[in-house]
Amino acid sequence: MRRLVNRRPGTAGAAYLAALPFVLLVAAYLVGSAARLAENPNDKLLPAPSTLGAAIERVATQEDLRSGDIILWTDTAASLERLGKGIAVSAVIGLAFGIAVGLIPYVRATLAPFVAVLSMIPPLSVLPILFIVFGTGEAAKVVLIVVGITPFLIRDLALRVRELPGEQLIKAQTLGASTWQIVLRIVLPQVIPRLIGALRLSLGPAWLFLIAAEGIASSDGLGYRIFLERRHLAMDVILPYVAWITLLAFLLDLALARISARFFGWAEVR
Amino acid sequence: MTAISVRGLWKAYGERSVLERIDLDVDSGEFCTLVGASGCGKTTFLRILLSQERPTRGTVLLDDQPLPSEPEPSRGVVFQRYSVFPHLTVLENVILGLELQQARWLGRLFGAARRRALEEGEQWLAAVGLTSSRDACPASLSGGMQQRLAIAQALILHPKVLLLDEPFGALDPGIRADMHVLIKDLWRKTGMTVFMVTHDIKEAFGLGTRVLAFDKVRRDPQAPDAFGATITYDLPGRGDGAEDGTLIPVHFPSKPARQGV
Ligand SMILES: Nc1ncnc2c1ncn2[C@@H]1O[C@H](COP(=O)(O)OP(=O)(O)O)[C@@H](O)[C@H]1O
Ligand SMILES: [Mg+2]
Repeated sequence: MRRLVNRRPGTAGAAYLAALPFVLLVAAYLVGSAARLAENPNDKLLPAPSTLGAAIERVATQEDLRSGDIILWTDTAASLERLGKGIAVSAVIGLAFGIAVGLIPYVRATLAPFVAVLSMIPPLSVLPILFIVFGTGEAAKVVLIVVGITPFLIRDLALRVRELPGEQLIKAQTLGASTWQIVLRIVLPQVIPRLIGALRLSLGPAWLFLIAAEGIASSDGLGYRIFLERRHLAMDVILPYVAWITLLAFLLDLALARISARFFGWAEVR
Repeated sequence: MTAISVRGLWKAYGERSVLERIDLDVDSGEFCTLVGASGCGKTTFLRILLSQERPTRGTVLLDDQPLPSEPEPSRGVVFQRYSVFPHLTVLENVILGLELQQARWLGRLFGAARRRALEEGEQWLAAVGLTSSRDACPASLSGGMQQRLAIAQALILHPKVLLLDEPFGALDPGIRADMHVLIKDLWRKTGMTVFMVTHDIKEAFGLGTRVLAFDKVRRDPQAPDAFGATITYDLPGRGDGAEDGTLIPVHFPSKPARQGV
């Protein structure tokens, strides 16, 4: 008998195994739902597939009675816009400060401890401050994402910059590079693939902060909807929304992975 | 003409002396090989010549002027590893020096200036035998080819002094012989001054016109770090590269007349 650590599934086997937990989850849901509904037809906790389908059709194709919007799409657009703005601002700040902290000893001495302390602040604890300062409009939600993920980006990118072999920086200087040219031609191109990696890791927290902010003070967005529907115990809307958010998050992650592989192949060879 | 002149050089890291009492005059165009036990300070000496480190005491003159305080193009360098940039293609690596020199803000050339740089870069690739790899990325090159690239990249700016720190230490013996032929030939044709650290005594005498051996002359068994190494032997090398076979005739790109550089 070969050791367990040496036994590997084939390609088809791996695909079946990967599908297995999903299939089990769906099956468990269907069984549980059927059992609860048999006992109490008005049960709202685990809606039947037909109820879910009807709710999905309603939110995805019919205009909302109150606002006249098709809420799934307006919620998605609102959330993605906030997420996109938050991530874009964080990426720019993270890149600029990450490179400065990683490359320039004076900036590192000044900012590294400060950023280390900042990154310890639980971002949700400053959400009330953000609402007070920025009001409950768009700015507070975007800023929460920025506050939440930028310290990590700065620290991660600074670390990546410091991991560049010292030989490269010396070599660049013997080729006449100024500090600015070192940033532009040597460091920036080599940390952008790392930025993409760090952003992928930040997507989870970014969604968390977005949904929290939307749940607390908003009038649209995926997080807002989930928290609103909770009051009506509308699991038939909440469950599809959660699945939809998961799918969006998965697709964003996949897109970043593809961009990295497509444009920064040299970084993967190493 | 004296290219490098070292007077009373000491280097210590805290309490620990690494180099002491080094006096050396090297003529322009000499090929010095540096040998000595591991950890005796050869790399440190090269770093001082590169201005990556400052001497604790003593002076170093380059062409009778004090050494600039930072690394710059008068002294090119090839390390054992990590000398080339993984995010640039082979040709981009070679022309990087030209781009940094000629485009102060963007560090990048465009149009006719870029075409001229690319032409010069291709000549250097031909000189080191990398023409067929011009668009490859360095990670796909063998160790020997990466060192050829690092040499071309350093030489395109025509440094007065080339510093090599065990450049062939990680290469197979056959490849190393080819590299000897190449570096010898480039040295002859450029007339630059070379300092090369090596562990291989045969290499040191075969390539160098001058072999500098580093060792400690004073030792204190109670305090092994109290004294540093100095140059204990300064021997003439054969400096003809004959043992490595005949020279391959490579066409060597001359320094083009360029305004403002
Ligand atoms: N930055 C440094 N700080 C403290 N000690 C150092 C530093 N750099 C080198 N050394 C010490 O100096 C000695 C010489 O190192 P090095 O010049 O690299 O030797 P070699 O190249 O001859 O093998 C070593 O003992 C090393 O530990
Ligand atoms: Mg060394």
